[in-house]
Amino acid sequence: MRVSMDIELKDIPGQLLLALRPVSELKGNLISVVHHHEKRTPRGSIPVQLVFEIKPDKLNDIVSSLEESGIDIVRIDEKRFFEHGAVLLIGHIVHTDIQDTIDTIDKTGYAEVVDLNLSMPKINMASSASLKIDAISKEHMESAIALLREIAKKKDLLVIEPIKSIGVA
Amino acid sequence: MKTIRVSVIGFGAVGQGVARVLIDKKDYLEKMGLDFKVVAVADSRTAVIDDNGVDLSSVLVRKQNEGVVGSEKITGLEIIETIDHDLVVETTPTNIVTGGVGLQNMLAAFKHGRDLVTSNKGPLAMKYCELIEAARAGGSHFRFEATVGGAMPVLNLAKDVLAGNTITNVEGIFNGTCNYILTRMTEEHAPYEQMLAEAQELGYAETDPTYDVEGIDTACKLVILANCVFGMNASHEDVTITGITKITPEALLLAQNEGYAIKLIGEVNDSRINVSPKLVPIDHPLAVGGSLNVASVQTDLSGPITVTGRGAGSIETASAILSDMISIYRD
Repeated sequence: MRVSMDIELKDIPGQLLLALRPVSELKGNLISVVHHHEKRTPRGSIPVQLVFEIKPDKLNDIVSSLEESGIDIVRIDEKRFFEHGAVLLIGHIVHTDIQDTIDTIDKTGYAEVVDLNLSMPKINMASSASLKIDAISKEHMESAIALLREIAKKKDLLVIEPIKSIGVA
Repeated sequence: MKTIRVSVIGFGAVGQGVARVLIDKKDYLEKMGLDFKVVAVADSRTAVIDDNGVDLSSVLVRKQNEGVVGSEKITGLEIIETIDHDLVVETTPTNIVTGGVGLQNMLAAFKHGRDLVTSNKGPLAMKYCELIEAARAGGSHFRFEATVGGAMPVLNLAKDVLAGNTITNVEGIFNGTCNYILTRMTEEHAPYEQMLAEAQELGYAETDPTYDVEGIDTACKLVILANCVFGMNASHEDVTITGITKITPEALLLAQNEGYAIKLIGEVNDSRINVSPKLVPIDHPLAVGGSLNVASVQTDLSGPITVTGRGAGSIETASAILSDMISIYRD
């Protein structure tokens, strides 16, 4: 997952290195470091914004490591889902247990159905639904859609996916 | 002036279109130093043969008035085998089950060392490698731009114009009938059956629309692309196909609300050949409306190249045939 973190460093040499070390030691991927040297806080410390990717179970270790080094953490923001996708379904969506269809995606842990629009013209006629799916990465989105394709096959639903050249974003 | 003796085998919409463009473009072709002299024309029942050149205008009139091109009872195949000429323009109807007379005509043309230009995709979708091999053995030029996307240049674009590029993916709309039906369903918020009926009334769809709406026509074109551009040895059994008959007006509306159109998209790359309805962002180059065709060729050096144009029609398809004819004999 991607984490964005605001920290404050003391104005003495070596502090930035101290702050970045746990990210690299725990195999995180540093995306950006913005060092606001000119914007000193009232406490005389220097605000720094970090953005990095890290396995979710490693975040606590990073936080404790920073705290041990005496670095103040002002804010932590985690964002799990970076890919947003849309998929359409046509068929007997409700009668084939829509809850189950959604659950199968949600249970993966890497993707979630975040929006659903359903249109049911008449009883016994095929309904149509648009689903919005969020996923951790492009690859996870592809797996989620592949999973949906499998469920749809069993339930005789037609899946309409986005074209390849825009990916699944 | 280079004189090329030509037979036109098949005189439906496309064959007649070829006759018309040859009449209209006579001066243009003469300026290029080319004289395409049609020495034989055959339809499914009759033929007309004239060693000094068939009068195409009167053949068109006769076909219009009497439904036949001439009075000779000789088949296209016999013309290819017995009449002395250089180029066969093969425009018989597509048959994807047996390859139809088209397949026999093509093999005979190559056997006799004649060049061949065709709009008939059936034989190519079935027996691509066999045909290419037969053409090579006969020393024949063999071109078939008109089989994919009508007037829209795809095969020659990928093979000739973009030479040097590696093509990694081709996707697009290769069937105008499906595009027309889906576009109209979106516009009118009307069910599939109603817009199919409209398309049939306007002549955009056949009485039996299966071939178009079930995606088979698109699949055949993808097979030709896969073989010609990607060097595969595919046939239409290798294509996964989903047609448009299950698309509902509600689905089109839901897609529209999310900023998408639904189009029947054909896609070829190294790993798959697939035809299915797909979501296309409405501002994407592939989101063309009406009965247009469109193809986006993904290349390693040039990025994506997208072309759009009329995928069917008598004169439009004839234009692709004419361009193939010129490219064989220009130099």
